[in-house]
Amino acid sequence: MDMDFRGRDIISIRDFNRDEIEYILDKALEMAGEGAPLMAGRILGLLFFEPSTRTRLSFEVAMKRLGGDVVGFSDSHLTSITKGESLSDTIKTVETYTDIIVVRHSREGAARLAAEASSKPVINAGDGPNQHPTQTLLDLYTIRKELGRLDVKVTLMGDLKYGRTVHSLAYALALFDAEIDLVSPPGLEMPEEVITDLKAMGARINVSNKLDISRAQVLYVTRIQKERFPDSEEYAKVRGAYKLTMESLHEAREDLIILHPLPRVQEIASEIDGTKHAKYFDQVANGVPVRMAVLALVTGVVD
Amino acid sequence: MSRQIKVERIKEGTVIDHISCGQALNVMRILGITKEYPSTAVTVAMNVSSPKSGRKDIVKIEGRELKGDEVDKISLISPHATINIIRNSGVVEKRNVSLPVTLEGVVTCANPNCITRFEDTVSKFKVERRDPIRLRCLFCERVMEQKAVINQF
Ligand SMILES: [Zn+2]
Repeated sequence: MDMDFRGRDIISIRDFNRDEIEYILDKALEMAGEGAPLMAGRILGLLFFEPSTRTRLSFEVAMKRLGGDVVGFSDSHLTSITKGESLSDTIKTVETYTDIIVVRHSREGAARLAAEASSKPVINAGDGPNQHPTQTLLDLYTIRKELGRLDVKVTLMGDLKYGRTVHSLAYALALFDAEIDLVSPPGLEMPEEVITDLKAMGARINVSNKLDISRAQVLYVTRIQKERFPDSEEYAKVRGAYKLTMESLHEAREDLIILHPLPRVQEIASEIDGTKHAKYFDQVANGVPVRMAVLALVTGVVD
Repeated sequence: MSRQIKVERIKEGTVIDHISCGQALNVMRILGITKEYPSTAVTVAMNVSSPKSGRKDIVKIEGRELKGDEVDKISLISPHATINIIRNSGVVEKRNVSLPVTLEGVVTCANPNCITRFEDTVSKFKVERRDPIRLRCLFCERVMEQKAVINQF
């Protein structure tokens, strides 16, 4: 199957259908371990209006592995380029130097706006609590790599209300007919709006406040942040109840994989790191080939 | 004998017919009639039976023709409304409101963190449902339901 990604923006997982997502994942698999200088002579602009060291490093490594170069900033407060300037103007300036632009911004919709302003492809590396499509792609890539398929039983556990990664991931999993369990503390449930969307797509959804690990092939754990709770006692209680320990694994399936977008704050006990189930550091590593694939596809150096 | 509602004919102006039941006051709000009153004569009929739509509201405004953005806003709360332009006591033009697939301008995204609230740009929404209206911002992807839309008018 031939697909033309050249010049396309990567803003939201909602912009992609199943075939397109699979195409990107296939390309990422080809890229893994590759060091071909496909992007030699090309420059990536990394515009991190909001800092995120992990995401920036991953994009930077992806571009360098392809033989390309990067310019940019990692905190808009440190630069003069953004002082009082509109986002559109910053993008129009940076696009004159670069072949492709990666944007991270605290405001929702910022990447879409950047893409409208730019004639070069724009990749969204997080627009506030909205989308982070390369994170979703690397989550899918990891599941498919480990289990060989995407129509699996997935449990999303933790803060499902504010956690942006789980909203996009749930949407993508629904595209692939996964069965989705949503497990969260009371008050941090998946927003009704998102569940309505998922059900409209025909997704099989189960909502609970308690984890039944025996159901899961994938357990995707997210951070529960302290600032979501009125007092620290309540937080401590919830944190304890949703923490994964060796004991939690007794009922787990043989093929269970545990994922986490990282950084974690004690949601997964470090004793689990050594088990065959722990795949969160592989997940981080998978960000590189996935981002290599995206960069190469939208610049048109591969098709 | 059925009860007749006697509504005075207007000479020059606009009759907005087939307004979704209960939306007449919101139509007036869109037209800013509370502010202009009493410079314009306005007749409002609510919960009137209609062979076409069961129940409907009607608003008649003397001496005024609607602007494009006013018609666009009415289409958001009453997708079946018709706009009749009256001159010399006769209907000279009758048109249906039209709601596009993608709505540009007209409303502001309700999400306080949406980039469109900070940059000089035109808002854009996908119309996900027409009656009652449901919009999805093409920038922040948040949904706006009818209540949030009406709140802006
Ligand atoms: Zn918005």
